[in-house]
Amino acid sequence: MALATKSLQSRGNTLADAQEQLAVLNSRDYAVDAFPRFADTLAKHGRFPLRTTRLDILQVNVGKMCNQTCKHCHVDAGPDRKEIMTRETMAEILRVVDLLSPATVDLTGGAPEMNPEFRWFVQELHARGTTVMVRCNLTIIVANPKYHSLPEFYRDHGVHVVSSLPFYDARNTDRQRGDGVFEDSIRALTMLNAVGYGVDGTGLLLDLVYNPVGALLPGPQKLLEADFKRELLARHGITFNALHCITNMPISRFLEFLLASGNYASYMDKLVQSFNPAAADSVMCRNTLSVGWDGALYDCDFNQMLDLHVSGSVKHISQVTNDIMDGRPIVLNQHCYGCTAGAGSSCGGQLVE
Amino acid sequence: MSSYYNPADLAKFGSIGEWQKNLADKFFSYYGDVFAAGALTEREKSLIALAVAHTVQCPYCIDAYTTDSLQKGATEEAMMEAVHVAAAIRSGATLVHSVMMMNKAKEVLM
Repeated sequence: MALATKSLQSRGNTLADAQEQLAVLNSRDYAVDAFPRFADTLAKHGRFPLRTTRLDILQVNVGKMCNQTCKHCHVDAGPDRKEIMTRETMAEILRVVDLLSPATVDLTGGAPEMNPEFRWFVQELHARGTTVMVRCNLTIIVANPKYHSLPEFYRDHGVHVVSSLPFYDARNTDRQRGDGVFEDSIRALTMLNAVGYGVDGTGLLLDLVYNPVGALLPGPQKLLEADFKRELLARHGITFNALHCITNMPISRFLEFLLASGNYASYMDKLVQSFNPAAADSVMCRNTLSVGWDGALYDCDFNQMLDLHVSGSVKHISQVTNDIMDGRPIVLNQHCYGCTAGAGSSCGGQLVE
Repeated sequence: MSSYYNPADLAKFGSIGEWQKNLADKFFSYYGDVFAAGALTEREKSLIALAVAHTVQCPYCIDAYTTDSLQKGATEEAMMEAVHVAAAIRSGATLVHSVMMMNKAKEVLM
């Protein structure tokens, strides 16, 4: 179905307000039978409270500005969003990287490359020896001449590139991400391949992300990865490393789609019915700390968009000390069913075989 | 009973165990094994189920296996081809019986 392609915020949609989204998620009005509280489901399986274990990934949202306005965006990102991380906040993050040495710093947005301090930040992170992961939407590379050199910049700083491509054809890609996105994405992938990304033996990692194009759970990751590899090579000569299947969380613009299309209750029911305790053991919030554009701390990027701050007294990157991940209870809500459904879901793809 | 088919009933499939638990448990266990990846992929099995669903004209099955086929990464073209396979077998089964008609007609006609 056709939906508006501007941010919820710019359209004055009530779902732009995180409290409004939480009200929907916790309302009994939409459910056939009231959905059990996520915390109760965890408790039933002996997994409550869910606690952090250690810091492997520091995930940093450097701003909500984006050149795209995807219909499923959980950030409500778009060209009209002005929230952007400053160099001062990035400096605080570098302090925490020095303090805690996370294996990976995962940069997301928006289109992270649209932050004016992006390249400086990547250089500083790379100099510290941490692996820098960038959630690149691909089209940014071809959006403007100043971004054409991004593939070389990524290569020179050993950046692990992770890019959304919901399908290997234009119809299913463009219906989620906007007209012409597939064609631009293919151009960008070709440029990334040309500097060695996704090519055997270079060590330059290019992973793709599959999000279902609709009120569907993601399919078997290995099967889809084989399809993507076969079809992208045959049709466009493109290679990549791995495909991550990520479940769409029932928040922000995807929530808008679910409500407008009448799929909300059945989608939530599907997530609840597919609860998998094994996936709950491996959810990313246990070893990830998420930082918002203003330096606020969250358990994940989804909690960030719902204004669900971390538990405890430390709420901002400037306050972080080395015990930040020592068994802190994770803040839960009904959207968490998205990460524990079926094979599970994380920013790194499915959690269990 | 206001309607013979109610979409919400699909989600109640499991409740058939209320009146014969042992048989239902055996059926659902078997069902789960049938659709697990084996010599055929999960997607191939889902597409076969989609085609059969159209043949037996079960609304619940069409609902379930349309969604499932999409979730398994099947394209719209693949799904429609699967339904055409079912249609071809159905129409073929009708038409091949016309040989019987022809045989009988030849038997009785001068």
